[in-house]
Amino acid sequence: MWTDVLLILDATLRISVPFVLAAMGGIFAERSGVIDFGLEGKMLGGAFVAATVAHLTQSAWWGLLGSIGIGIIFSMIHGYASVSKRGNQVVSCVAINIFAMGLTVVLANAWFHMGGKTPQLPKEARFMSIELPFAEEFRNIPIIGEIYYELISGHNALVYIAFIAVPITAWVVFKSSFGLRLRATGENPLAVDTTGISVNKTRYQALILNGILGGMSGAYLSTAHLAFFVKDMSAGKGYIALAAMIVGKWRPYPAMFACLLFSFLFAIKDKPEIFDLLKGIIPVKLLNSFLDMSPYILTIIFLAGFVGKAVAPKAIGQPFSKEK
Amino acid sequence: MNERRTETLVVTLVTVTNLLIAFFISGVVIWALGEDPWFALKTLLYGAFGYDEGLGYTLYYTTNFIFTGLAFAIGFHCGLFNIGAEGQAYIGGLGVGLICLWLEDWSLWLVFPLAVLTSIILGGIWGAIPGYFKAKRGSHEVVTTIMFNFIASVIMVNILSHVLRPPKEMSPESREFAEGVWIPQMHEIFDWFGINITQTPLNGTFFFALICLVLVWRFIWYTRWGYEIRTVGTNDTAAVYAGISVSRNIILAMVVCGGLAGFVGINEIMGSSHRIMLNFQAGIGFTGIAVSLIGRNHPLGILLAALLFGILYQGGAELSFEVQAIDRHLVVLIQGLVILFAGALENLFRPQIEYFVKQLAPQ
Repeated sequence: MWTDVLLILDATLRISVPFVLAAMGGIFAERSGVIDFGLEGKMLGGAFVAATVAHLTQSAWWGLLGSIGIGIIFSMIHGYASVSKRGNQVVSCVAINIFAMGLTVVLANAWFHMGGKTPQLPKEARFMSIELPFAEEFRNIPIIGEIYYELISGHNALVYIAFIAVPITAWVVFKSSFGLRLRATGENPLAVDTTGISVNKTRYQALILNGILGGMSGAYLSTAHLAFFVKDMSAGKGYIALAAMIVGKWRPYPAMFACLLFSFLFAIKDKPEIFDLLKGIIPVKLLNSFLDMSPYILTIIFLAGFVGKAVAPKAIGQPFSKEK
Repeated sequence: MNERRTETLVVTLVTVTNLLIAFFISGVVIWALGEDPWFALKTLLYGAFGYDEGLGYTLYYTTNFIFTGLAFAIGFHCGLFNIGAEGQAYIGGLGVGLICLWLEDWSLWLVFPLAVLTSIILGGIWGAIPGYFKAKRGSHEVVTTIMFNFIASVIMVNILSHVLRPPKEMSPESREFAEGVWIPQMHEIFDWFGINITQTPLNGTFFFALICLVLVWRFIWYTRWGYEIRTVGTNDTAAVYAGISVSRNIILAMVVCGGLAGFVGINEIMGSSHRIMLNFQAGIGFTGIAVSLIGRNHPLGILLAALLFGILYQGGAELSFEVQAIDRHLVVLIQGLVILFAGALENLFRPQIEYFVKQLAPQ
């Protein structure tokens, strides 16, 4: 039982990585006042580029760099449309998502002819699990040692990066002077402008950070979680990350916990023991579809604010113009 | 030239320019894949128009895009960004299919209105729930409608593979329903007048789509409901002061959106496949966004834009058949570009075009 709990939590951690990375990216963009529904597209684009570059260079790290590149390109397109040209930010995001959906499949088919897939990556070109020091030795110490061995040790590099990204995001947003500018830009851009700080420049900086994290979340899908890119592999995860961020009220730690909660649902779905347990209560056919739907339903319920009211940054979605 | 005509001219030129940019970039992608963009364009146009079978398929796709384009437009007039036409069409189509399976012995004249009604109700419910969450709880409709697309997809997979799949059949789809409730296909309709055309999936739903265009046009600009929806979309604070209920109109608009999207099921299920199939709505809902934005959310524009995307779909299928390196999904990529340039960057070249028009025709 205890081991089962640990294994489910372990799976939860693994599944949560793209959500956590994307949600942190979303926090940067939205805190600066730019809506980001485009996480889905950045995730998908990042996944494709990471798998392709990793295949060509046989190195997951180059793949990661590639995914960061495409993430930044997408967020710069979004920035150009919504910050510089003051277009509709939601439309721009949806455009990026649909563009990414088309581009990844077109390129995958043109280059690899595998029906929208990229070639399977060998172990060397993937992020493989890292054994932390003394994991084996501590293994037999009850509770603490087990947690260390099962839960903390033995993940791949991106898992650790994702969970380091959370305190860093928290520090940058709430403690650094850049974070102060960032939050002020999202709340009251006019005031920021009168102090001589460029609103648009701050938003572009936020979008660069957003692109980096968004792209990385995709790299995790195709070079760590799986070993290839497959058509539409993000499957709404970008939107779920966004919902987690809103549920976390645009704060890094609560957003991370929301991500973990969503991932927990995905994790128990894949666990046969849990399935057997629930089978007694709900008919199998219903149970299957219910478990498949649960993350999406939970997203809707959370978003509807049944767990408390979420207050967005005041200036979100509004392009800044000095003349106003 | 009076002001209104100048504005129309400017808007038309802006839209055409945006489209051309989107196509130009798509051409660059084709070129980068090592293919000849001109040859691609010629193949595409020939595939869409060159022979009557191609034209039939083009108009068949156009019919779908009219429905989803209108579905997006109604929401847009209310200030909503409904990207859930995909799921609304899926669930609405389920209703259409169930009615046909259930009442297959009845006359088409009775079944058709019932199918329309069912798809309005089911598609409408699928739109109304995100509408309710938007109106009452403030959840953004982009996220909720996307989630409803995924939920619809899970439900349909389960219904088709566990409930509607006939025993002994492998593929998750319902049985074919009786011929009596099939909507006549276009070659049959032409045959009544003694004209011979090639058989394509194009069917009588095309005319129904044209009627819907007119009805939506009347609805948006000539009814009280349409006026209220537009007021909420333009300025919801003003709407409140005018005594117009914002939440009621948001939900109403989403119901109409869902109902219109559900009509995709009429064209696909009653008109063409004659059974409920997996993913019959794939991509049609998303295309509606581009169709509506290019058509400036006006029924006439939507008709033209739906035709354009019908051409792209049919021509694109032909193209991917002819040229191995180009995939069918090129159309999805073009859609993304069209939404970017005609939606988010719609005013990119507007100042230049306005200047140009003023130079051309001084008041």
